[in-house]
Amino acid sequence: MKSRYVSLAILAALAAFASGHRLTEVAAAVPDSSSPTSVSGVVKFEGTVPKPSPIDMSSDPNCKSNSSGATTEDIVAGANGSLENAVVFVADGLGDRTFQPPAQPAVLEQKGCLYRPHVVALQSNQKLNVVNSDSTTHNIHPMPANNRESNMIQPPGVPLDLTFAREEIAIPVKCNVHPWMRGYIAVFKHPFFAVTGKDGSFDLKDLPPGTYTISAWHGKLGTQSQKVTVSAGQSQKLDFVFKQ
Amino acid sequence: MRLVANKTNIAMGLIILLSGLTSYAQESHIGNLVGNAKHGKALYQRYCIFCHGPEGDGNGQSAPYLDPKPRDFTKATFKCRSTPSGSLPLDSDLYDTITRGVHASGMPSWRPLLRQERADLVAYIKTFSPRFHEEKPDPPIQIPPEPSTSPESVKRGGQIFQSMNCALCHGKEGRGNGPSAATLTDTRGYPIRPFDLTSGTSSKCGNSDEGFFRDLSTGLDGTPMPSFASALKPDQIWDLVHYIATLPAAAKLADSR
Repeated sequence: MKSRYVSLAILAALAAFASGHRLTEVAAAVPDSSSPTSVSGVVKFEGTVPKPSPIDMSSDPNCKSNSSGATTEDIVAGANGSLENAVVFVADGLGDRTFQPPAQPAVLEQKGCLYRPHVVALQSNQKLNVVNSDSTTHNIHPMPANNRESNMIQPPGVPLDLTFAREEIAIPVKCNVHPWMRGYIAVFKHPFFAVTGKDGSFDLKDLPPGTYTISAWHGKLGTQSQKVTVSAGQSQKLDFVFKQ
Repeated sequence: MRLVANKTNIAMGLIILLSGLTSYAQESHIGNLVGNAKHGKALYQRYCIFCHGPEGDGNGQSAPYLDPKPRDFTKATFKCRSTPSGSLPLDSDLYDTITRGVHASGMPSWRPLLRQERADLVAYIKTFSPRFHEEKPDPPIQIPPEPSTSPESVKRGGQIFQSMNCALCHGKEGRGNGPSAATLTDTRGYPIRPFDLTSGTSSKCGNSDEGFFRDLSTGLDGTPMPSFASALKPDQIWDLVHYIATLPAAAKLADSR
């Protein structure tokens, strides 16, 4: 009798495997905030910042009127060398912990025929709310290597949500109609990531104690990594310097 | 006895496992036709390999001379589908593409092959990408009956052509020469021309108004052509189709002046 159950179980497992259903881990961890930790610092750029070039938007009068004086955003750095639009994230060290995506969507706005922000980061399977605040029609065309490639037209005011199932750093996104529009969508399987603003700073909060590889990624400058060990209740400082 | 029964069950389980794995990628189903990848492989090596390459990555011997480039099957991204943007195609979509060919490209019609042979090719093409194991195609888009064309419908379609920025790529007259045309690339980075809408009555993936409706709804994945399914209502897509249908004659008229 017992052996029949065993063989039934084997059969069921085999059948489940054969039919392509993956047995997924249901348990999900949330960032541990009982003994708060953090890894924070600044991403810097050393060297001469390339001069941003003006963008010619004359092909679409609706863009031109919106944003006179728009320039390229390949490398945006402050006077003190703070680097904007870098993504800092945990690249390794979380083991096989899994994390539920937040219910709150991330937002990517098309405004003045540019992407705002230039780099958006979110979790896999978290909604990306794509907003068209312009008075012209865009198409939103992410070009992933490891996710579904979609390409949707988006007239003014029409809502659009995208999701990405797998981690990918980072997916280039473009608007084919307005070829100067370029941005990035960084997708993580965990919530420990940050995109640097004008001051170049980042703060990865509530990491479980452990040893991590922390990486900084920039669309034009590549990726850098450092190892760091965090104990319960401890804060670590970490800076990244990109040179060109 | 108990031990024997147990072994039998395990053997049965293995059979289910193996048949499950093989049927997943190695078969195609088009109506009553069941395609076989093993047979498809032999056909592929005879008919398809020169352009699509031995690895199915679109890098066959003839590929450097072709524009647009042959499809890279390892990405499972297909222009001609009945499914929404980003989705895998149905088996019948791949079968239809092989049968019909792809307009304005090097891909000819393979109608001279037997129906069974075309189904076998579909089964083999699916083995190049793991996506056919991991995902299922989304439900196909619905094409409602076409309302008859009228001057009003054409006029509305013209306004949609304008407001959707079609002209930025396809040009004001639809000749494929809009201001953004020269910047366009496919997903692999090769330059790609916008479709010349004045060239005739065939769409990229069909030769009827329905073909245009479907291409506008699904978008042509892997190219800059987006899907209009979430932005336009079916009636509006039909208006746009009716407008596009007037472009060849309008271009001829403009040229004769």
